Amino acid sequence: MTRFGVIRFPGSCDEVDALLAARRFGEAELLWHRDRDLKGVDAVVVPGGFSYGDYLRVGAIARFSPVMEAVAEFAADGGPVLGICNGFQVLCEAHLLPGALLPNTSLRFIARQVEIEVVNAATPFTRACEEATQLSIPVKHTTGRYYHPHPDSLADQVVFRYAPGQNPNGSLADIAGVANEAGNVVGLMPHPEHAVDPLVGSADGGKLFESMAWVPA
Amino acid sequence: MLIRPKQGILDPQGQTVERALPALGFDGVSDVRVGRMVELDVEDESRLAEICERLLTNPLIEDYEIVDDR
Repeated sequence: MTRFGVIRFPGSCDEVDALLAARRFGEAELLWHRDRDLKGVDAVVVPGGFSYGDYLRVGAIARFSPVMEAVAEFAADGGPVLGICNGFQVLCEAHLLPGALLPNTSLRFIARQVEIEVVNAATPFTRACEEATQLSIPVKHTTGRYYHPHPDSLADQVVFRYAPGQNPNGSLADIAGVANEAGNVVGLMPHPEHAVDPLVGSADGGKLFESMAWVPA
Repeated sequence: MLIRPKQGILDPQGQTVERALPALGFDGVSDVRVGRMVELDVEDESRLAEICERLLTNPLIEDYEIVDDR
């Protein structure tokens, strides 16, 4: 059974939802930001929130925490790492993902359900999805405008796009989530961990955790 | 350190300030960009650029300028 490790930074606030979402598909435990080893987990989730108060720039300080050194090594060895919202921002700052996140063009905090399209269903985070399928997942952020100097060069590294007309934050090319070149690190602004039960309107987010827990036959 | 959004990157904060100025009678102001300033005392000036590039800015989206204010 897949063992998930969910990182908790000072200022994280979505780590418990991520933990509970992961436990629907495998085992999961929290990893503290000072941990220098990942306790042998099979997959890492860098959750949402306001790590280190988002001081200076979102994700800028968390990048230098001891646990992130271990995450960088884990990622370099091919381990799957999912960054959600603030976790996406941290992974961009750590250069584990291409690009950067800028303040929403509206300069407002946005919390709403959006449809995102799975553009690449061949990653360890989307293999339980059909290509071009749409997932209903909430966003909640102030700094979610994806930027990359050459977005066309990303090609297959674009994993999720906001459905037409649903881009909530001004992201370039409607990009909602990207992968590294190897495809084992993915970040997205929407929150799959908040959409794992029909009770809250959608269970589509479970597809990402189901994909990560998938043990190839 | 003066830190600015890179040219070509949309700066909605600057745009909002620019739109507000005429309402107060300040006409003829354009290209408003809002950045940040970080003040610090440093013993070894040779490492200032590294400090800027590794922590104070994200070089993908921001430019910086070091101002010696002794």
